[in-house]
Amino acid sequence: MAKLPPYTTTGQKIWHYTFRFLTGLVFLFLITPILIIIPLSFNHEPYFTFTSGMLHLDPEAYSLRWYRDIFANGMVNPDATGAEWWSDMWNNAQWIRATKNSFIIGFWATLLATGFGTLAAIGLSRSEMPFKGAIMSLLISPMIVPLVVTAAGMFYFYSNDFNPFVEGKQALAGSKLGVILAHAALGTPFVIITVTSTLVGFDKSLTRASANMGAGPLRTFFKVQMPLILPGVISGGLFAFITSFDEVVAVLFLAGPEDKTIPRQMWSGIREQISPTILAVATILVAISIVLLATLEMLRRRSERLRGLSPS
Amino acid sequence: MSDDTHTGPVLAADGTPLKKKLAQALFVSRARAFALVAPLLLFIVISFMVPIISLMIQGVKNDTFSRNMPLTTAVLADWDTTTPPDESMYAALVGDLIQARKDKTIGQVATRVNRELSGTRSMFTKTARKAAKLSPPYAAALQDIDEDWGDMAVWQAMKVASLKYSPAFYAAALDMEYKADGSFERLPERDRIYVYLFIKTILIAATVTLATLVLGYPVAWLLASLPARQSNLLMILVLLPFWTSLLVRTTAWIAMLQAHGVLNNLFVWIGLTDDDHRFSLIYNMTGTIIAMTHILLPFMILPLYSVMKGIPPSYLRAAKSLGATNWTAFWRVYFPGTIPGIGAGGLLVFILAIGYYITPALVGGQDGQMISNFIAYHMQKSLNWSLAAALGGILLMIVLIFYWLYDKIVGIDNMKMG
Repeated sequence: MAKLPPYTTTGQKIWHYTFRFLTGLVFLFLITPILIIIPLSFNHEPYFTFTSGMLHLDPEAYSLRWYRDIFANGMVNPDATGAEWWSDMWNNAQWIRATKNSFIIGFWATLLATGFGTLAAIGLSRSEMPFKGAIMSLLISPMIVPLVVTAAGMFYFYSNDFNPFVEGKQALAGSKLGVILAHAALGTPFVIITVTSTLVGFDKSLTRASANMGAGPLRTFFKVQMPLILPGVISGGLFAFITSFDEVVAVLFLAGPEDKTIPRQMWSGIREQISPTILAVATILVAISIVLLATLEMLRRRSERLRGLSPS
Repeated sequence: MSDDTHTGPVLAADGTPLKKKLAQALFVSRARAFALVAPLLLFIVISFMVPIISLMIQGVKNDTFSRNMPLTTAVLADWDTTTPPDESMYAALVGDLIQARKDKTIGQVATRVNRELSGTRSMFTKTARKAAKLSPPYAAALQDIDEDWGDMAVWQAMKVASLKYSPAFYAAALDMEYKADGSFERLPERDRIYVYLFIKTILIAATVTLATLVLGYPVAWLLASLPARQSNLLMILVLLPFWTSLLVRTTAWIAMLQAHGVLNNLFVWIGLTDDDHRFSLIYNMTGTIIAMTHILLPFMILPLYSVMKGIPPSYLRAAKSLGATNWTAFWRVYFPGTIPGIGAGGLLVFILAIGYYITPALVGGQDGQMISNFIAYHMQKSLNWSLAAALGGILLMIVLIFYWLYDKIVGIDNMKMG
C-alpha cells in the first residue's frame, strides 16, 4: 500500500481508511459468492449450506460425493468397474453428454464467429470502408438486443422448413445447427471489438512495405498482418467461446432434448432438483474461468509487447 | 512544363484523366473493404436480423382466423360492426365451422377468438361439433346451441380476429383493447398487467444501474489510482466474476441468500435476527436486484476504470494546491472528467439489465419477474406468439433507443472488453 505523505491531516487519514474499507467491502461482495461455492461443493450432506461439522473442520463432514455424482448422474450402472464403467460414463452420464454438447456447439460457433468476425474487423478498420458507422452498429447489435427477443425470433424463424428438397420437415429449431448459428451471431460482436482494438495500433506501413517487396495480398495477410493481430483474434475467439459456453437462453429455445449444454443442465438442476452436484460443476467452471483469465492476461501482455507498448 | 498548349485535365500514364483514375482506385479499395465485411454482414442479416424482423411482423400479423374461416372473414370484412348479423353471415359461419372441424383447426380458431373475448372458446368447439347437423335458418339454430351467438360482442371479437394485419397484439401488450370499430380502449384496472410490468422492468434496471454505479465508482477509482502491480492484482477480483458463468453466479447467490443460506445463518449467529424470523432475501425482487447487481458490476467498473485511467492524478493535486477542499477538488475537477465513463457504464448496464431473463427466472420468485420472463412464457407456455412478439417489439424499441443514445454519447467504436 502506498504510504500516506506526512502532511495528511487526521481527517484525511480517516477518510483514506474509510474509503479503503468501503471498497474492500465491494470487493468482498464481488468475490465471496464465487469463493463460497467451493467449500460448499465438498459438503457431505445434500444441503446448500455449511453444516456444523464443516464449520468445525471435521473431515467427516467433507466428501467428494457430489463430484462422483457428476459422473454417476444418468449412468445405467454406476457401480460397474473398469472398461464398462468408462464407456457407460462416456455415453450416458448426463453431465458428460452436456459437456460434449457444449464443446461441439462452442467449437463451431467460435469458428464461425472468429472467421467472419476477423475478416469484418479488418474491413471495418480500413479508412475507406463505406457506411462504417451504420454497419458497425448493426454488427454489434447481437450483443445488446435482449437475448429473449433474439432467441424467440430465431425459434420462430427456424421453425420453418428450411430445406424443402428433403423429405420430412427440416427445421433448424430443435437441432444443434440452430444453436450453433445463434451462438455464432451472439459471439461476433466480441470478436469485432477485440480485433478492431488490436488493429488500432497496427502500423499500416508494414503492409505497404510487404506489398512493396512483392508479396501478394494473401501472403501479406498471413505473414505480416495475421501474426500481429493474432493475440486479438485469439482473445476475441475466447470471448466468443465463453459466450457460447455460458449461453442458455438460445439453448432453451432452440436446442432439442438431446442437445442440452452445461448451462442448460444447470438450469434444469436449479429449477427441478436442487442438489450440491450443481455446486461441484460450478466449482469446476470457476477453475476453468481462472485458467481462461490467466490465458487472456498472457495474450494481452504479449500483444502489447509485439506492438512495442510497454506492458502495464 | 514543356507542353504549355495542353489545357485539358491531368492525364494518367494510360491516357485516362487522373481524376477518373483516382475515383476508380478509390472504388476498388472501397469494394475490397466492403468485401471483407460482406460475409459477416450477410450472416448477421440472415441469421439474426431476418428472424427478429419476422417475429416483429408476427406481432401485427395473425392469419389463424382468416386462413381457417375464409367465408366468415369475407362477410365480416363488409360488416359495419353495429347492425345485427344477418342470416347470410350465420350461414357463412356454419360453413366455416363445418370445414374447420373437418380440418381439425377449430381449436386454433377458438383460441384466437378467445384472446379477443374470453369465455368464447367452448362456444366455438361445442357449436362446431354440432354444425354439420344444423339446418337453416342458421341464426336461430346457432342461438339454440348457445344464445351468445346473437351477442354483438362475439361478432365484434370475430371481426378483430379476422383481420390479417391488426394492431390488436400491440394494443394488448400495452393493456389496451383494439375494438372492432377501429378504436382503442384501456382495459379495466384489474386486467392491466404489461404496462406495470414494463415500468417495473425499467425500475429494476434503473435500480441495478444505480447500485452498480454506487458500488463500482469507488472501486474503479481505487484501481485507477493504485500502482500497476497492486491494481492488477485487485483487477483479478473484478475480472474473475466477469469470466465466471452466469449460471454459476446465480447458483452462488441461491446458496448465499436462501432462508438457510450462508447470509441468513450468519445473521442468526451474530444475533441480527432469530431462527424464526429469517430474512427472505431470495425468490423475490430483492434477490433479483442483488444477483443482477453482482453480475453486472464488472460492466460498470471496466468502462469507469478505463476513463479514470486517462485522468492525470496531477489534476487533483493541482486543485488542492490551489486551495480546493477535498470535496471541491473531487466534485469540480475529478468527477466531471469521469462522466463519459459513467455514461458508458451506465448505459451498458441498463441495456443489459432491461433484457435480463435467466437471473429473474431463477431467483425472482413471483414479484421479481421481468418483461423477458413474460415473453418467454408466451413463446413457450401459452403459445401466444403474436403477443410475445408485440411485447418483444416494445422491449426492443426501448433497448434500441438506449443503444442509439450509447452510440451518440460513447460511440460504438469505443466499446472495450476486459
